[in-house]
Amino acid sequence: MAESKISLEQVRHVARLARLELTAAEEQRLQLELSDILGYVDKLNQLDTAEVAPTAQVGEAGTPAREDAVTNRAAPDAMLANAPARDGFLFKVPRIID
Amino acid sequence: MTIAEARERLRRREISARELARACLDRIAAVEPRLNAFITVCETEAMAQAEEADRRLKAGDAPALCGIPLGIKDIYCTRGVRTTCASRILSNFVPPFDATTIEKLRAQGAVFVGKTNMDEFAMGSSTENSAFGPTRNPYDLERVAGGSSGGSAAAVAADECLAALGTDTGGSIREPASFCGVVGIKPTYSRVSRYGVVAYASSLDQVGPFAKTVRDAALVLGAVAGADPRDSTCSARPVPDYEAALVGDVRAIRVGVPREYFVEGMDPEVESAVRGALARLEAMGARCVEISLPHTGYAIAAYYVIATAEASANLARYDGVRYGLRAPAANSIELYNRTRAQGFGAEVKRRIMLGTFALSAGYYDAYYLKAQKVRTLIRGDFEAAFKTCDVIAAPVAPTTAFKLGEKTDDPLQMYLSDIFTISVNLAGLPGMSAPCGYDGRGMPVGLQLIGPPFGEEAILRAGDAWERAGGFERRPTRV
Repeated sequence: MAESKISLEQVRHVARLARLELTAAEEQRLQLELSDILGYVDKLNQLDTAEVAPTAQVGEAGTPAREDAVTNRAAPDAMLANAPARDGFLFKVPRIID
Repeated sequence: MTIAEARERLRRREISARELARACLDRIAAVEPRLNAFITVCETEAMAQAEEADRRLKAGDAPALCGIPLGIKDIYCTRGVRTTCASRILSNFVPPFDATTIEKLRAQGAVFVGKTNMDEFAMGSSTENSAFGPTRNPYDLERVAGGSSGGSAAAVAADECLAALGTDTGGSIREPASFCGVVGIKPTYSRVSRYGVVAYASSLDQVGPFAKTVRDAALVLGAVAGADPRDSTCSARPVPDYEAALVGDVRAIRVGVPREYFVEGMDPEVESAVRGALARLEAMGARCVEISLPHTGYAIAAYYVIATAEASANLARYDGVRYGLRAPAANSIELYNRTRAQGFGAEVKRRIMLGTFALSAGYYDAYYLKAQKVRTLIRGDFEAAFKTCDVIAAPVAPTTAFKLGEKTDDPLQMYLSDIFTISVNLAGLPGMSAPCGYDGRGMPVGLQLIGPPFGEEAILRAGDAWERAGGFERRPTRV
């Protein structure tokens, strides 16, 4: 099998960045799957793109600005209706750090 | 029944909107145990909408889609109705607002019979990645309906509704349309507002309809397309009358046939059905010209970097704080880690990981920037091709619907089935799948028509003309 394109340590690092808690089995499986996919993606390097501009957007709208004005009404109960935990008009969460 | 037929019968008061809604709901009750095309059936809401539609029809104030029963992919926010994106992480989420597309359809008096099944967060090509079970193909219950909009495609094919909404990021309307034998359109990027459509990959996602005929699909497209200040990418170009474009004539239309799309690995029956359709188009007066899209082979690689990178950013909001699943946790980092671990399925996690990696320090240039440059090359291929043709014709998928479980062990194999649809999203072009035949097992095959930017009229016209010339005969489904 081809040399791994991503190490287990890299998988763990990326999982930390993505805020995903992975089991050991998931880590192993993802290492194999991501290696496989990244190996395939490597074919992009067959193309010389030194003089090619990147495409970030395929729409023609560009980045339009609008007036910095409030256009909707406050609706705190509607906005909080899906809250797993609330305290008045606040979303309640576990403490940020121990 | 098509929308065009229903519209006429409603107008003549031969049937009422209530009767039409009731018929669809009864059909849903009968086939859903076998099909699983819907995550949420909206019985009460649909009947209330139908009652209101009947009032409008009686008063003579009835827009084109008044009283028409529609299925809505569960990725569209519908006020007061659960919207799950087929994910555990949103299984209890009830949006406090409607997507713009939904608002427009409500204003028309359309009836929403339910929210259809999909691959979780639109990531997949088979609707097997749903937290609510797969949707089966109405032509063979052992086979997939396609994805990610499999529920919408199956629901239309099985007469659970007259049309449905889907989304298409890499083929998620066109491929299930092909697998289920219905029409599916992915409009030009920015033609339809994405406001209120849960985002997967923001530079690729597009809203579009499923229907039984090209004319019906044109009707729904016309109802939802157009400017929206709430979606900053949405085009302000005026929306043409798509129905008026269906003149039934393809004479002198140049149909580009990309040589890179007819290579080994394609099912010979798919190829022969598509080539048969091209021959019929020529018999009708169109002219087929060979074209080249040289960077076709790089599209999947570019897509799986760009789409996953954008997805990793779009899905960062699912953290258990303001809505959706919340895992028990002692602190906020644990909250995010555990909620996301428990809430996301395997495919979603895989794509988030891939995307995060591609954007991470040290890899951004090698992966994301590189993929964006290749995207420019792919777009350039189409620009050059449209100098010598008016529409491009191609297969939709290399095979007909595969069996459930056939590709779930190898993610890369699943990704490779997007080969014919994915470039169209990268280039932001309009693409349509229209049924063109069946394979030896009776499974539908779709023909893909691709247009230049805002070239919906050209592909609708070609598809409609061919459909009306009897190029294809719909067979009943097996449910």
